Amino acid sequence: MIKTRKSIGGIIFDILKYLILISASVVAVLPIIVCVFTAFKTETEYQQGSVLALPDSFTYLENFKEAVTKANMLRCFANTMLVLLVVLTVSVFISAMLAFILNRFTFPGRNLIHSLFLFASLLPGIAMQVTIYQIMYSLGLINHLYGYMIVLYGTDIISIYVFLQFFENLPVSLDESATMDGCTYFGVFFRILFPLLKPAIMTTVVLKGVSVYNEYYASNLYLQKSELRTISTALYTFTGPYGSKYNYICAGVLITIIPILIFFLIFQKQVYSGMAAGAVKG
Amino acid sequence: MSNVPENAAAEPKKRGMSQKTQKTIVILVFMAVPLALLLLFTYIPFGKMIQFSFYNMKYIGKRTFVGLANYKQVFKNKELFGSLVVSLYYMGGGVVQLALSLLFATMFVFKVKGEALWKACMFFPYLICGIAIGFIFKFFYFHGYVLDTILMTLGMELEDLPLWLQNTSINNISLAATSVWRYTGQQTILFLGAMMSVDTSLYEAAVLDGCNRWQQFRYIILPSIKSIIVLNIILCVSGCLSAFEPPYVITNGSFGTATYFVKMNSVAHETQKVGLASAMAIILLVIIIAFTVGQQLFFKYVFNNGTDSESREAVRRKKKEEKAAKRLAGKGMRV
Repeated sequence: MIKTRKSIGGIIFDILKYLILISASVVAVLPIIVCVFTAFKTETEYQQGSVLALPDSFTYLENFKEAVTKANMLRCFANTMLVLLVVLTVSVFISAMLAFILNRFTFPGRNLIHSLFLFASLLPGIAMQVTIYQIMYSLGLINHLYGYMIVLYGTDIISIYVFLQFFENLPVSLDESATMDGCTYFGVFFRILFPLLKPAIMTTVVLKGVSVYNEYYASNLYLQKSELRTISTALYTFTGPYGSKYNYICAGVLITIIPILIFFLIFQKQVYSGMAAGAVKG
Repeated sequence: MSNVPENAAAEPKKRGMSQKTQKTIVILVFMAVPLALLLLFTYIPFGKMIQFSFYNMKYIGKRTFVGLANYKQVFKNKELFGSLVVSLYYMGGGVVQLALSLLFATMFVFKVKGEALWKACMFFPYLICGIAIGFIFKFFYFHGYVLDTILMTLGMELEDLPLWLQNTSINNISLAATSVWRYTGQQTILFLGAMMSVDTSLYEAAVLDGCNRWQQFRYIILPSIKSIIVLNIILCVSGCLSAFEPPYVITNGSFGTATYFVKMNSVAHETQKVGLASAMAIILLVIIIAFTVGQQLFFKYVFNNGTDSESREAVRRKKKEEKAAKRLAGKGMRV
C-alpha cells in the first residue's frame, strides 16, 4: 500500500515487526503444538522423554483410540452435531423472523421488546443458570437433548442483533413492490427477503456454531447421563481417571479441536467477518 | 416503518384478508416463539432470582423468608465478596490484551508479509473449547512440564521455578494470561475490521504530508476506532467482574483463584444455597450495570465521544444504504 524508503531505521523497524509477529504466533500456537506431540507419544516416551521432544512417530494412534472408546467420544460427537444442526436452523429462522417484524413494522410494544432484548444481553449468563436450572427442573427438561437445545436458543440474543443490523440495510422498497404485486407478508419474508439474508445467516452460523460447539456449562448441568454428553463435556470426564496422563488427555483435546480447525481453515474469511460483525453489539 | 400505500395495495387479488389483519397475524406469529423463550429463559429466571434472594432455600424442599439476610451475608463474608478482588488480575490482563491487539491490528493494516498465517495463528485459540483450553494449560503449567522445560532450556533451574497454578503469589497471573492468550487474536480481528473501514486515501495523503507511522496511528487510526475501543473497555470490565472460565476449568477455584462467579457456582450447585447464590448474582448485576452506565457517561464527557462518532456512523450508514439499494435495484430488474 505504502512504499517507504528503506533507511536503516526502516530495516530495523521491519526486523522488529517480524520478530514481534513471529513470537506472538509462536506463543499462540506452542501450547497446542506440544499437545500434538504428546498425543502421539507412547507411555514410555511420555514418561521418560522431554515434553518438548518430537514423538518417535506420528502414526502411533493408541492414545486416540483409548480416548475415543473410554469417553465414548463418537456418540458425544454425534450428539453435538445433532444439537448444532437443530439449534442453528431454529436460531436462524426465529431470529430472522423477529428481526423482520421489529425492523419493518411499527406496532405497540415494539420499543419495549427492543429494550427487553437489549437488557437481556447485559445479564451474565452463568448467574442466570442458577434459576434457569430450577425452571428446567420443574419443566422436566433435564437429561433430554431437546431440553438442552431449548436452553441454547432460549438464551440467544446475538443472532437477533446480527439480523436486525442486516435488515437496516435492506431497502423497504423491496417489500413494497412485492406487496403491490399481491405478495403476502409471509411471502415477502420467505420468498423475497430470506434469500437475501445469506451474509447474515453465515455470520450467525459462525458465531452461534462456534459457541454451541464449545458450550460446556449448560451441557454439564442439563445433560447428566453419559450417553447424552456433548463433545466438550465428554472431554471434561478426563479429569478424574486420567489425572496427569497427559498423553491420553492431549489426544482427547485434539479430537475436539480438529473439527473446528477444519471448519476454520475452510471458512476463514467468513469466520473473520462474522467475528467483526457480531462483536459490535455483543 | 413500512409505509405501504394501504388502499392501493389492498384492492387487487386479496382473498378476503385485509393488509392490516395480515400484518397483525405476521407480527404475532413471528414474535411468539422468540418472545416466549425470552420470557422463559431470561425474565422469569430473573424475576425468580430476585424472589429467591430473599429466601433460605434449596432447589427442592421448604423455603423460609429471610429478608435481606442473604445480602448481608454476601457483604460480610470475606470469602464471597472478597473474591471480586481476583477480578483485578483479569483487568490487568485486559489492559495487556488491549495494547497487544491494537499493536497487531495496526501492523496488519500496513502491509505485512504472511499476514494470513500470523492472523490465523493468533486467532485460532479463540475457537477452542474452554475445557480443552483448561487441559492445555494444566499441562502447560504442570510442574516440570511445558513452561518449566522451556524456562530450563533458557538456563533456569527447576527448583527456582514456582508452582504456576498453586503458588498464590502468581497463580492468578498465570490464569489471567490464559485469558489473554485466548482473546488477543479475536480482539485483533475486531480492531482490524474497524481500521479497515477507514478510507485508505487518508493514509496516502498522510504519507505525502510527511507523517510517520506513529502519527498515522495517533491521528488517523485511533480516532476512527475510538468508539469500538470504548465499547471493548466497557465489555472488558464487565467480563472481568464476571470472570469464570479459567479458574473453573483449570484450578477449580482452589489456591485462592476462585473468582466471584466460581464461588457463586459452588454455592448454587454444590451446597445448593440457592437464595444466597441469587443474592450474589443480583449484587454483581447491580455492580456491572453501575459500571457500564458510569463508564459510558465518563467517556461521553471526557472524550465527547457521542457527537462526532455518531455523525460519522450516520454518514457511513447512509452510504451503505445507497449501495445496497443500487445493488438490489439491479437485481430486481432481472427478476
